Amino acid sequence: MNRRNWTDYQKEIADDRYYYARSCIRQNFFPGSERAFLNILHDDLGRDVLDDPLHTSCTGIGYHSDIVPLETIMTVVARQFSLMNDAGYENFISSCITSFGVYTEILSTWEEFPETEERTRENLFKATGREFRKPKSLAHTSDIVFHFRERIAELAQRRLVNVETGEPLRVVEHIGCHYAKIFPKSGIGGSEFPYVLAGMIESWGGECVDYPERRHCCGFGFRNYLVQANRGYSIANSHKKLESMAPYKPDFIVANCPGCAMFLDKWQYAIAEMEGTTYGQGGRGIPVLTYEEMAGLVLGYDPWELGMQMHQVDVEPLLDKMGVAYDPAAKYLGRNGKFIGQPDTAVVNCCDAIYDIKQ
Amino acid sequence: MKRRVVIIGGGVAGMQTALRLHAAGIGSVILEKDSATGGKLRDWHKLFPTFTPASEVLDPLRRAVGAAGIEVRTGAEVVGLDGRGAVLADGTRIDGDAVVVATGFTLFDARIKEEYGYGIYDNVLTSADVERMLNEGTLSMKNGDRPRRIAFLHCVGSRDEKVCQRHCSRVCCVTGVKQAMELKERFPEADVFNFYMDIRMFGSGYEEMYREAQVRHNVHFVRGRISEAAPTIDGRIQIKAEDTLTGRPLRMSVDMLILLVGMRANDDNRRLADSASLTLAPSGFVQPADPFLHSVESGAEGIFCVGTVTAPKNVGETLAEAAAAADAVADYLKNR
Repeated sequence: MNRRNWTDYQKEIADDRYYYARSCIRQNFFPGSERAFLNILHDDLGRDVLDDPLHTSCTGIGYHSDIVPLETIMTVVARQFSLMNDAGYENFISSCITSFGVYTEILSTWEEFPETEERTRENLFKATGREFRKPKSLAHTSDIVFHFRERIAELAQRRLVNVETGEPLRVVEHIGCHYAKIFPKSGIGGSEFPYVLAGMIESWGGECVDYPERRHCCGFGFRNYLVQANRGYSIANSHKKLESMAPYKPDFIVANCPGCAMFLDKWQYAIAEMEGTTYGQGGRGIPVLTYEEMAGLVLGYDPWELGMQMHQVDVEPLLDKMGVAYDPAAKYLGRNGKFIGQPDTAVVNCCDAIYDIKQ
Repeated sequence: MKRRVVIIGGGVAGMQTALRLHAAGIGSVILEKDSATGGKLRDWHKLFPTFTPASEVLDPLRRAVGAAGIEVRTGAEVVGLDGRGAVLADGTRIDGDAVVVATGFTLFDARIKEEYGYGIYDNVLTSADVERMLNEGTLSMKNGDRPRRIAFLHCVGSRDEKVCQRHCSRVCCVTGVKQAMELKERFPEADVFNFYMDIRMFGSGYEEMYREAQVRHNVHFVRGRISEAAPTIDGRIQIKAEDTLTGRPLRMSVDMLILLVGMRANDDNRRLADSASLTLAPSGFVQPADPFLHSVESGAEGIFCVGTVTAPKNVGETLAEAAAAADAVADYLKNR
């Protein structure tokens, strides 16, 4: 696919001194990813990132579920900016795609309807006595990794290449809807052909898979998932995507949204239980990575340090393809060597049942 | 002393105006920014609704311009004008007694509608590509195969607020019907679908052509816009649309997707308008003094407009308007 058009969509990405807003849900879904991002920025790239314990949820899930009113979320966002001001930072980065969409939407609303910004300033002051300045730059953390992708390639311990065949790994990149579908200019590459993950994959030696349902939503969709009666829509969307990508035999999926990575991973098990269909080579599922995990593997991080034991679909086949050394016995040892518990096998409908983990 | 009119643009509008002025004993100079006269018609295959080869219109005009000894300057890009002449990009001033603006239109760049994958997927073409390929005899899929299923999409870059082109380009609907019939004749085994939001058959013979496409050529018309195009593993293009007459979403794989691109105002209309106090319509086209009695007059002293510089028009309308413009210029010169 000729994706040269991504260069039409560029945005200013700050080079250093970031104020980091964590995601509400990523630390449960992929607990190692945010830590990996901070480590990569600090240790590998020598950047200054403030991981501020004072910030709160942006309340985006509540907002998109019609629980949190617009005025409230604007005030919460204003408080985050105020905390950033107090800490002496100007470059706001968000780990969550929903939050990124919320911040983008609110800044745009304030721009177009200045009276809403004024009202927010009043609300924040009444509620907390705080004032705020808007950030100089706003980016999603995948933008930051994209920004440093060539430097990461220079530091790489391994590439996205099958060590046995020498062929590039085939990667499905999935972009969260709230990254650029709301405001195409807020995303690298726009909304139709986003380049933020594709750029990382190409710089690190992999090959992107373009498949018919590439743009389709993963199925998370707050209203699809939060309302139990609607969950069929959620899994139906994931199913549509997995069916569409399966013939291309991807080696893994990478996503930049908490919900997308979660649902494309976990629904594979549910689909196997419901339909007896397992995707991926050998019927072992298609591993789903976050971009921090992908960057971490490239930089030589230990997969269990990255939290990859928390995935539904086992990642060992991918690690073997990439030539990643790992200790199978350490998979379920948490920090300080404490056993965190081992789930039952998640492999269904597969004749050899359990992947032959290297001993 | 013989009067001379500066005509900016050497397409059919500019050439026909020059010829009609010549017939009235008025000289002119045609300033054409490209290397040859003819404008967009040079790359066009056949004209609706009669399937007349474009060359049968263009060649007689060019021959007549040559025979009349009308001065043509090619490679002459105009950067400014007033009622007494035009200024070229190299600073040369071309003086005259009146100016006719016949700079035409710009085809909408289909890459802007990224969701259709033009420039990204091999077998996504524009209507202009199809005309050129029909002329060259090269129309086929990228790999040389004959397409078995073809989709046309109407209104690409027309009536679309998202790309700031709110106007109707008028001629794309009938072009879509014409090309569907041409492709059906060339590839009779292929299924041809036209996805439209409205079919606007405004001209004489157009409605009959639309009916003939359905009855004789079995072209399928689906009322619904295509939302996106994506590749399939076998190199085809998957399209998604809604059939708004049945109220159902639709997904289909096609071998070729043809985007009927609209006519938009030239980017340099603003610069030319500013240099001569011309008024532009919200669409960016030059606005005539009034749409009824002074439709070829710009409202600025000595400046006239003809053809698609003021709005989308077909070739017949443009040629007829050129006669009206020449007449108005002659009147203006007589009364000065």
